[in-house]
Amino acid sequence: MFKRLERGGPTVRFRFEDEEIEAVEGESVAAALLAAGIDTFRTSPLGPARAPYCMIGMCFDCLVSIDGVENRRACQVAVAPGLSVRRQSGARRVG
Amino acid sequence: MRKVDVIVIGAGPAGMAAATHLAERGRDVVVVDDQRTPGGQIYRGAERNAASPARARILGADAARGAALIAAFRASGARYWPESRVWRVTAEREVSLTRNGRSETLGTPVVIAATGAMERPVPVPGWTLPGVMTAGALQTLLKGDGLVPAEPPVLVGSGPLLLLLANQLIAAGVAPAAIVETSVRPWAARGELSLVLEPVARRDLWRGLAMLAKLRRARVPHYRNATEIRIEGSRRAEAVSFVAGGRRQRIAASLFALHEGVIPAQQLSRSLGIAHDFDERHHAFGPRVDGRGESPIPGILFAGDCVRIAGAAAAEHAGRIAAISALRMLTADPALDAAALADEQRQLQAHARIQSLVDAVYPPPAMLAATPDETVICRCENVTAGELRAAVAAGCAGPNQAKSFLRVGMGPCQGRLCGPTVAGLIAEMQHRSVGDVGYFRIRAPLQPVTVGELADMQDA
Ligand SMILES: Cc1cc2nc3c(=O)[nH]c(=O)nc-3n(C[C@H](O)[C@H](O)[C@H](O)COP(=O)(O)OP(=O)(O)OC[C@H]3O[C@@H](n4cnc5c(N)ncnc54)[C@H](O)[C@@H]3O)c2cc1C
Ligand code: FES
Repeated sequence: MFKRLERGGPTVRFRFEDEEIEAVEGESVAAALLAAGIDTFRTSPLGPARAPYCMIGMCFDCLVSIDGVENRRACQVAVAPGLSVRRQSGARRVG
Repeated sequence: MRKVDVIVIGAGPAGMAAATHLAERGRDVVVVDDQRTPGGQIYRGAERNAASPARARILGADAARGAALIAAFRASGARYWPESRVWRVTAEREVSLTRNGRSETLGTPVVIAATGAMERPVPVPGWTLPGVMTAGALQTLLKGDGLVPAEPPVLVGSGPLLLLLANQLIAAGVAPAAIVETSVRPWAARGELSLVLEPVARRDLWRGLAMLAKLRRARVPHYRNATEIRIEGSRRAEAVSFVAGGRRQRIAASLFALHEGVIPAQQLSRSLGIAHDFDERHHAFGPRVDGRGESPIPGILFAGDCVRIAGAAAAEHAGRIAAISALRMLTADPALDAAALADEQRQLQAHARIQSLVDAVYPPPAMLAATPDETVICRCENVTAGELRAAVAAGCAGPNQAKSFLRVGMGPCQGRLCGPTVAGLIAEMQHRSVGDVGYFRIRAPLQPVTVGELADMQDA
C-alpha cells in the first residue's frame, strides 16, 4: 500500500503476529506496518476491520497490543528492536 | 511539585514562536509535545526533510521555513520535551503529562496551549474501511516517515490541504488517480477582491493558482461539486462512487484520502470548562479567547489553530502575542511591549482575513443533512447516523444525552471523531444552531494513561 521514498538508513527488526518486519529507525509502528503491506490492524467480530485513519493520534483506529500492553496507538509509538506487536480483536476499552 | 515560568503545550509554529520569544528573554520555558521532533503538523519532520534532497523537492518551501523556525527554537534555550503527552491541565495551572513511561505534574503561573488543529471528520458510507485515510494522514506518512502511496490514490473532499497533497504526490511521482471535490465556489473570492490586493494574500493566492496549474499539467482527472459520496468494498476499500455532472461515477483504487478542512482541536480547552463559540462561516467551535490569547481562566493562554484556523504564518504571530501576554503576567507590567503586541495583532488579523476568503471559496460541506442513515458516525462504538436520528426523534435532547442513549462519544477517541457530526446532526433535526446545541463534556485524562505510568507519578 505504501513505499519508501529513500533506500538505506539504519533498520530495526520487530515482530508483528508471527512475521518479522524490517522497519527504518525513527518511523512509527503504524508506518512500518503499512510499508510492510499490512493493511488490517484490528479485526472485530462485532464490526468491520480497521486500519490507521488519521496518523496523528486522534482516531484511535490504529490500536494494537505492543509487548503485551493492549490499546497502544501504533501511529504514536516509534519502532524499537524486538517489539512484539499483535492485532487486537473485539471492542476496545481504554483506561 | 516542580515549578517553571511557562509551560507551552505543542511544538508547532505557534508553540515554537511563543517559547522562542520567552526563552530569548531569559524565561524558564518547558515545551511539551507528543512528536519525536519539533514542527507541529505543517512542519512535521522539517529538519530531516529539509536536509534530504528527495524530500525537500516534494515538500518545497515549507520544509525550509520549518527548519529555520526549529533552528531558532532549538537555539533559544527553551527546554523541549519530545514524545511527551499532556493529559490534564487544571484551572490552578497544574499540568500532568506522561514522559518516558511515567507521569508527572508540573506547576506554573502561565500555560500556553498551542495544541493545533485536527481534520474535520468526513462521515461517508465506507469511511471506516481499511484503505481509507485522511489527506493529513498521507501527509504525515510522507513528512514523518518518508512513505508515499504505492499506487495512485483518489483524493476526496475539499480545501487547500487537499490541493497541497495532490501537488506533493505529483512531485513524489504518484499523481492522484483523481480529485473528487465536494464543495468549491471559486466565484466567492470575487466578493473579497479588496483583500486579494493585500500583499500577504497575494502570495497565498499565487501559490493556490500555481497548485491548480500543476494539477492540470499532470492531467489529474478533476471532478467538482460531487455529492452522495460512498466508499465501496467489503473487507477493504475498493472504489469511490459519487454523483457529479448529473450522473453517478465510480473510480476504483486501493487508497482513498478524505479531507474537508481542519478545525480547532477542542479537547484541552473543553476539559477546562472554557466557553466555546461556534463560528458559522468556518463551521467549527473554538474556545473563547481574547485578542491577547487570554482565556477566561487567569494564566491559561491559547495560541494558533487550536483557537481559530488561520494557518501556520498566523500561528507564529499568535504564539508571540501569547508570549507577550505571558511576560506581562510574569512581570506584573500590563503595558509591556505595547507596540510589538499591536504589530503582531495587526499581522494576525491580515491572515485571519485570508482565512475568511478560504472559507468562502471552500464552504463547509453541506453533506451532513444528506448523510445516509447507515453511515457510521462514531467509529469507536459503531454508532450510525440513523441510530442518532432515531434517538433524537425519541427525545434525546443533546450531545451529552446521546452519549448515554447510544454510547456515541464514549469510546477511546473521547468523541474527537464524532463530536462535530453529532452536534451538527442534532442541530439539523432540532432546527437549532450548532452553537446552541453545544458539544460533549470533555474530562481528563485527555490522553490514555496506564496504571503503570500513574504508579510512577513523581511530583517531587
Ligand atoms: C494532519 C494535519 C496536517 C497539516 N498539514 C498542513 C500543511 O502541510 N500545510 C499547512 O499550511 N497547514 C497544514 N495543516 C494545518 C495546520 O493546522 C497549520 O498549518 C499549523 O500546523 C498550525 O500550527 P499550530 O502551531 O497552531 O499547531 P500544530 O502545528 O498542529 O502543533 C500542535 C502540536 O501540539 C501537539 N499536541 C497537541 N496536543 C498535545 C498534548 N495534549 N500533549 C502534547 N502535545 C500535544 C501536536 O502533536 C502538535 O505537534 C495541517 C493540519 C493537520 C491536522
Ligand atoms: S491512526 Fe488515528 S490514532 Fe493512530
